[in-house]
Amino acid sequence: MIDWMPFWLSLKLAAMTTAVLFVICLPLAYWLVYGRGSWISFVEVLVSLPLVLPPSVIGFYLLLAFNPSHGFGAWLDRHFDIRLAFSFGGLVLGSIIYSLPFMANALKSGFASLAPGLKEASYSLGKSPARTLFKVLLPNMKSSVLTGMVLTFAHTLGEFGVILMIGGNIPGKTRLASIAIYEEVEMMNYHDANRYALILLVASFLLLLGVYRINHRFFRFARP
Amino acid sequence: MIAFDLNKSLQGTNGRLILEISCRLEKGEFLSIYGPSGAGKTSVLRMLAGLLEPDQGSIQSDESTWYDSSRKIRLPAQKRKIGFVFQDYALFPNMTVQENLEYALQPRQGKESVKDMIEIMELGELKYRKPQSLSGGQRQRAALARALIRKPDLLLLDEPLSALDHAMRYKLQEEILRLHRHFGLTTILVSHDLAEIVRLSDQVIHLDNGQVLGRGGAGEVLFGQSLSGKFPISGEILAMEKEDVVYVLTVQIGNQTVFAIADESEVKDFHLGDKVVIASQAFNPVIRKASR
Repeated sequence: MIDWMPFWLSLKLAAMTTAVLFVICLPLAYWLVYGRGSWISFVEVLVSLPLVLPPSVIGFYLLLAFNPSHGFGAWLDRHFDIRLAFSFGGLVLGSIIYSLPFMANALKSGFASLAPGLKEASYSLGKSPARTLFKVLLPNMKSSVLTGMVLTFAHTLGEFGVILMIGGNIPGKTRLASIAIYEEVEMMNYHDANRYALILLVASFLLLLGVYRINHRFFRFARP
Repeated sequence: MIAFDLNKSLQGTNGRLILEISCRLEKGEFLSIYGPSGAGKTSVLRMLAGLLEPDQGSIQSDESTWYDSSRKIRLPAQKRKIGFVFQDYALFPNMTVQENLEYALQPRQGKESVKDMIEIMELGELKYRKPQSLSGGQRQRAALARALIRKPDLLLLDEPLSALDHAMRYKLQEEILRLHRHFGLTTILVSHDLAEIVRLSDQVIHLDNGQVLGRGGAGEVLFGQSLSGKFPISGEILAMEKEDVVYVLTVQIGNQTVFAIADESEVKDFHLGDKVVIASQAFNPVIRKASR
């Protein structure tokens, strides 16, 4: 019987990361597309940075930041009694940073693909920016929202480098599916590694297949 | 009444241009802004609607000040009672025609307004359809209906008919005029179709490169004289030939050509490719029922 705990942890991490990132990236992407100011290109670079950095670089800096005897880690420890290094909370924070570009860029392209008239038409009908966002803009970029969510979810499932650096391999706490595979291979237990790997492979395939199917349907309906 | 005096530096396709325009419209008046593309026409509408901030100036609508740069007043678009019909209509693709109209309802405004508007605009057959499935003319009517739901003080039309064929355009011009009178609207239309402007406007402003080149009645501004003819139709001169003492002009209207006669003094200002308006004077046009 295989141990399902790593999968459960991976799913929990992916779901939490996706939910938090959607809430963070909605205003962020809105600002990046509609906002003005010289800050924008700077922030755009920061948002995309996790795409090009080796996961070990992100993991290393996060580990330094989480260190409970210095700076940010010490501040968290003193005021909130939170220790992020080698904990599930630390994994969530790391995943949020690591998967940020997937959610932010999907929502950004969603906003950018909308005809500019939609937002202005809603304003000219007397509707607030919030009402416009939820009733007009978001419903017309459903496929971008879905793409962002699924890519974030799938990317978090597939994370390895960052979580190994900041989470380690603590069973029931930070030992995720991808780490479990690595562990089984290290112990020459190819049979179990194979089972874990196959489950992840099939799950990821089905997830992406679902997105493409649904997006394809949106696309077909959207055509006049 | 709406009075505005606007100043804005714009980055156009032909470099930087300074837009300067001022105007005063009484309630119920119909103003057309005419000029080549890139003249700043749409920017005027956007500034009035609160979608683009002027560099300087003021906008006054009856007692309320919508914008005043010297007093730092800038009423947001939502607070200005306007109806805006965009060039691409900007109907919301996620809503049916009826939902588009209902979205425009203001707080405490009953749903009967939507029902009435659907009736007035003859949208009953289309009310459960999504905008993507409508023809250009139908979308235009839906967009116009949506803009009128909130009972605007000022209706802004940004080349609303430019994407439509001649027959549909003619029909919708009548429609716009009917609504303008029915609701006692003050309307500003941006257009480059001369016949449309002649048919609809009380006042015309000719705008080029951000500057007002002329203003007044349609005839004076567009042709330098008042035009008393009926059935104005706009076209383009394809050919000019001298025959005995008169000239025969070949004018393209839509995808048809018609011939018109002009004397030498008129022809000297005409060039091939000029946009002209043909109107009949004194004589009634011949009308025959088309065979089916």
